Amino acid sequence: MHRNPDRPLSPHLTIWKWGPHMLVSILHRVTGAGLAVFGAAVLVWWLLAVADGPDAYAGFTGWATWKWALLFWVPLTWALWQHTLSGVRHFVMDVGAGYELSANKFWANMTILGALLLTALTWAWILWGRGP
Amino acid sequence: MTMETPLARVRGLGAAGAGAHHWWHERLTAIATLLLLVWLAVSLARLPDLGHATLSDWLRGPLAAAPMLLFVVATFWHLKLGLQVIVEDYVHDEGGKLFWIVLTNFAAILAAALALFAVLRIALTGEAG
Repeated sequence: MHRNPDRPLSPHLTIWKWGPHMLVSILHRVTGAGLAVFGAAVLVWWLLAVADGPDAYAGFTGWATWKWALLFWVPLTWALWQHTLSGVRHFVMDVGAGYELSANKFWANMTILGALLLTALTWAWILWGRGP
Repeated sequence: MTMETPLARVRGLGAAGAGAHHWWHERLTAIATLLLLVWLAVSLARLPDLGHATLSDWLRGPLAAAPMLLFVVATFWHLKLGLQVIVEDYVHDEGGKLFWIVLTNFAAILAAALALFAVLRIALTGEAG
């Protein structure tokens, strides 16, 4: 199977006016890839550290509770919320709903706003609600 | 004059060569991952602390170890499917595509095996809580 380079390609990124639905689409992919690499890595490390014993676990928590590790955890939390909300949006669209232009745009915007809001709430709860 | 339908001529010519089962499994694993993620978040939030003793005691229980194993399977299965679609979309030459698909699949399965091993080690060894 070969791609014929003489075949015309449909005009792609260059000619379309960007809208929230396009942003959510690529964010879904980017956050998915980020979670697949960084989220999965930290999940495996966490489980292996617990399995390995208190010393290994102290190594993990030492890094995880380091203040600059927030630069890892907060984006990861946002990616998880964004991917979850845009994933739920995918389920709705999979059954054929939500394609009307106004509804599509509204819910695309809501996944972006919702993910930012839920990330803020999650971290407010972790830092001040629950205690470290 | 061929009797072949247009559908028969294009079937299997997409970037992946197949697809419906991949698409469907991606949805199934998404639901499973989402439900188990809610379980994990609620469970961790209900623990008194996230220290080593608390976590390993908790993971020794069957109602924590079993869903955690399922969480690992669902998550890594979903992640493997998702990464493969990204490769199929962006890597256009057949050799490179095969290479990256094999690499991401192997990496996902290796990471899943490590995570499963860790959960089983916690659940099956050490003093019972």
